[in-house]
Amino acid sequence: MDAILLQVLNGLDKGSAYALIALGLTLIFGTLGVVNFAHGALFMIGAFCAVTLSRLLTLSHEVIDETRTDFLGNPLKVDVPYLYDIFGETAGAAIIDWAVPLSILFAIPVMILIGVVMERGLIKHFYKRPHADQILVTFGLAIVLQEIIKYYYGANPIPTPAPAAFTGSFDFGALIGFEPNTIIYPYWRLVYFAFAALIIGAVFAFLQFTTFGMVVRAGMADRETVGLLGINIDKRFTIMFGLAAAVAGLAGVMYTPINSPNYHMGMDFLVLSFVVVVVGGMGSLPGAVLAGFLLGILESFASMREVIDLIPGINQVIIYLVAIIILLTRPRGLMGRKGVMED
Amino acid sequence: MSKSNLTRRGLLKTGAVAGAGVALPTYLSAAGHTGFTNAPEGNTVTLGFNVPQSGPYADEGADELRAYELAVEHLNGEGDGGMMGTFSSKALQGNGILGKKVEYVTGDTQTKSDAARASAKSMIEKDGAVMITGGSSSGVAVAVQALCQEAGIIFMAGLTHSNDTTGKDKRANGFRHFFNSYMSGAALAPVLANAYGTDRKAYHLTADYNWGYTTEEAIRSSTEAMGWETVAAVKTPLAQGDFSSYIAPVLQSGADTLVLNHYGGDMVNSLTNAVQFGLRDKQVNGKNFEIVVPLYSRLMAKGAGANVKGIFGSTNWHWSLQDEGSKAFVKSFGTKYGFPPSQAAHTCYVQTLLYADAVERAGSFAPCAVVEALEGFEFDGMGNGPTLYRAEDHQCFKDVLVVKGKENPTSEFDILEIVEITPVAQVTYEPDHPQFAGGALGDCNNGA
Repeated sequence: MDAILLQVLNGLDKGSAYALIALGLTLIFGTLGVVNFAHGALFMIGAFCAVTLSRLLTLSHEVIDETRTDFLGNPLKVDVPYLYDIFGETAGAAIIDWAVPLSILFAIPVMILIGVVMERGLIKHFYKRPHADQILVTFGLAIVLQEIIKYYYGANPIPTPAPAAFTGSFDFGALIGFEPNTIIYPYWRLVYFAFAALIIGAVFAFLQFTTFGMVVRAGMADRETVGLLGINIDKRFTIMFGLAAAVAGLAGVMYTPINSPNYHMGMDFLVLSFVVVVVGGMGSLPGAVLAGFLLGILESFASMREVIDLIPGINQVIIYLVAIIILLTRPRGLMGRKGVMED
Repeated sequence: MSKSNLTRRGLLKTGAVAGAGVALPTYLSAAGHTGFTNAPEGNTVTLGFNVPQSGPYADEGADELRAYELAVEHLNGEGDGGMMGTFSSKALQGNGILGKKVEYVTGDTQTKSDAARASAKSMIEKDGAVMITGGSSSGVAVAVQALCQEAGIIFMAGLTHSNDTTGKDKRANGFRHFFNSYMSGAALAPVLANAYGTDRKAYHLTADYNWGYTTEEAIRSSTEAMGWETVAAVKTPLAQGDFSSYIAPVLQSGADTLVLNHYGGDMVNSLTNAVQFGLRDKQVNGKNFEIVVPLYSRLMAKGAGANVKGIFGSTNWHWSLQDEGSKAFVKSFGTKYGFPPSQAAHTCYVQTLLYADAVERAGSFAPCAVVEALEGFEFDGMGNGPTLYRAEDHQCFKDVLVVKGKENPTSEFDILEIVEITPVAQVTYEPDHPQFAGGALGDCNNGA
């Protein structure tokens, strides 16, 4: 029982990341009809927004420490962040410690801008082209973005820790009456899950309760009619692309303390997120969220030693296996609209 | 209706001409030399540096390339000479190799066996490289070593730690300076017993490929021999990203020690996840929970940040060593590039000098002459103390470093501290040791 609970918890944070990425993907597909293979790269760029802000906050000047030497035997040059000079060492260190949450503020405008530029500069030229063309061009774009990040930040993962207040884990098992140490869960993963739930809720509320959202939903249902009513739906869809980029970016920002970001992290999530979108139902926002959590939890279960011992290799194929079963029995996905992907 | 002009005589003629055509490039490349592949002509000799220039190990590859460039400088008499001044053999004069100026070409292994073979093949066939060296993975090393054996080229392996490189996949034309999984286990086990006691329950997470298997086997057998129990060993997919679902069940298993048989990005992620889950703050079986990383790469451990603090592992070499060879290399590399070299850079630099020295001593670039010069060669002054290139398997035997993540690093390079220099005798094994069983060196191949 405790092992099952543990894997459900594990699946929640992984599912949160899948759900956030898939939400953006399905928003773009639902509004613009574009299959965006560069969406994983947006997740990765979000993570690198956190890296960039961390580096900006730790911009330093060198102070020579005569009492210590560097690897060549010269007096050691110690980096002292400018923030220490401005706010004092304690306050400066606290600001640097909170770099990842602060990056949310930094990432939102940056990601919206990147999203809008990407849509206006490249994607809009492919609206009327076949999905295969869209996949090729967006996949190419993803590789270009990856290589740009690698050029500037290197290929190695870059540590971007959570604030000290959120390091460590709490004993969830002890809380609900199990033996101590049977179900432990890191604080930051809990933060990530709560953050994902907040973002997902905000996106749904935005689409459901604002006029802008209503127009977008109308556009998703019948783009032509909305256009005939004199509404500039293209402009709104461009903004939605920026919003989807921001959602992916924020998912990336908050993911950095879980795994040190590297240039390739977007690709690792991209394929799985597409499976999530297809399983959830192309164009269905609730479907994307549901499938994200479902597949995240399933993947966690498949990684259990007992399951691997029973069916070797299941941890590597479970998601695709489930996708095949769902698509065979229900081609439109779990919550897809009738008719979509069924012809 | 068509009429065929095919006759027996015509076919023979065509076959003869085609056969001559196919044979021509081989004949030309073999012409004018003493019968081995890519014999250097003129005043230069070309070496092929096959390193990961793209993909997840690109930074390690870049450091290898820096070391190779430094080695070439030193061989050609430029710079401060680095380890040439401390190397026990004095055959190298700083006038190239056998008086020929050293030039080089580079290839990108991408840390993929097929890409590495293709780039090595291209350097051999198009660029005329007489020796191939480099790499940052055992899969690549084994693949390129086999190619070099077929082509009649010497292969001086870069960073490769799997037992198989000089075990079941060893080849006469291939040589490894880097240490291996068995040596990691033999060096680490006594240090772990000393630090954590002999009554431990270990849980292994193992990368699901060749290197992972040999490392798990080596660490298991060494630690079990001193009394540890292995409660579970779970294989994890390569480039897993998030290891939480593999790490969460560890505490439930009753284990009090986690061994991460992961390298590079996988090591960074699994270690980060393990620390996040607070494993190191837990008490199990009345003991502090501990984590072990059998193979450390300082360059990549940087990615795990403060999570490496206090965690034991092993390494082939570290820039903080104070022997004359290491100091000379660190000074030379650090002055040129502004930061200390990695263990990958060190092994690649040393391999280049060892090859050049062997050619000088043999008086020939012919692979079989080089093999003969390297087999059983004993040397010193290259950063690892007295070292033997064993004839039976072409593996270097030297001291191994047991290291620990440093508690108070002074810089981004100051991540590991040396806990013990394990003497070579403790990590030496018989050539027919079960962990290295199967395969044979075979005969050296001059090619051409």
